[in-house]
Amino acid sequence: MHEMALAESILNIVEETARNRGAIRVTGLRLEIGELANVESEALLFCLDVVLRGSLADGAQTEILTLPGQGQCLECGAIVRLSALYDPCPQCDGYPVRPTGGQEMRVKDIQVE
Amino acid sequence: MCATCGCGINETGSHSHGHDHPHDHAAEGRLISIERDILAKNAGFAAGNRRLFAERGVFTLNLVSSPGSGKTTLLAQTVQALREEFPVAVIGGDQQTARDAERIQAAGAPAVQINTGKGCHLDAHGVGHALERLPMPEGGVLFIENVGNLVCPADFDLGEADKVVVLSVTEGEDKPLKYANMFAAARLMLLNKTDLLPYVDFDVERCLEYARRVNPDMQILQLSARTGDGMAAWLDWVRQGQQAVLAQQISRLEAELTSARARLAVNGR
Repeated sequence: MHEMALAESILNIVEETARNRGAIRVTGLRLEIGELANVESEALLFCLDVVLRGSLADGAQTEILTLPGQGQCLECGAIVRLSALYDPCPQCDGYPVRPTGGQEMRVKDIQVE
Repeated sequence: MCATCGCGINETGSHSHGHDHPHDHAAEGRLISIERDILAKNAGFAAGNRRLFAERGVFTLNLVSSPGSGKTTLLAQTVQALREEFPVAVIGGDQQTARDAERIQAAGAPAVQINTGKGCHLDAHGVGHALERLPMPEGGVLFIENVGNLVCPADFDLGEADKVVVLSVTEGEDKPLKYANMFAAARLMLLNKTDLLPYVDFDVERCLEYARRVNPDMQILQLSARTGDGMAAWLDWVRQGQQAVLAQQISRLEAELTSARARLAVNGR
């Protein structure tokens, strides 16, 4: 359940930014989560729902944008789409494919009033 | 539904929600770009810990595993073997009790326990505070025994030099595939409880193949903390890390000394 800790970190970043920019309310929140990141989007949304309650971002529309996984096959050198960390290379069926993208966990932006 | 507050009414114009900031539904709010890592705050505390470890010449290892892999037995044997050579200390994380810290103290090393309560991992902030309650093992090794969990601790940098993942042969050999994030983050894997291999259906070769598939750069050592078999290679690995950190500390101090001498020479001219 480290999604709860992630949700608390997100609230922290959102409230800090909103206060610094003189906002009184956060109405929208967009996150970028990589496909290979160690986080379950459904669980994160559930935790955010709980954590945002009573905060500046209470009731904010929360959206998770999934960033695609990408990797480079160390066997054939191809840059390939990767949907799980241990999947074989879709081109040569070789191992290992080193992830080069899709492990991000970012707060992208917020909509404020 | 109103996109501004989700109040469920398709109305326009100003209204109030029963609190003191009435707003205009026709008005567009401001968009603030943030683009910040969710774990940025933890990363900041981790960088602080890492700086402190570098300054004091401490080689810090973050030990992660499932519950019951034998981390505490391994650490008790390790600190017993190394404590005469250089200072060692242990920070242990568990949801409850100080039992692990007591076992380490009995083995002769200072240890503090962080009880995470409902938390499933240690974070860099908690480790920073634990350091206030522990004599810093200057020029030696700090072992951080994370909460037994192969999922969450993978994401939380504590400021360590390396993550060491401990897997025991009483678990499934496919754990490197099932918990790939953790095995991908580790520098070293210890396959523990090898004395039990004759009694369990654990395919060592397959396990090592899975581990390398997930992390081709990871070093792998096999040992039994209980019998001591294979412990020597692990202890050597720790010694090498400790010496590398000391070498880095020496070069940093020498560089500082050189620049201080250069300043003095300029001033004295």
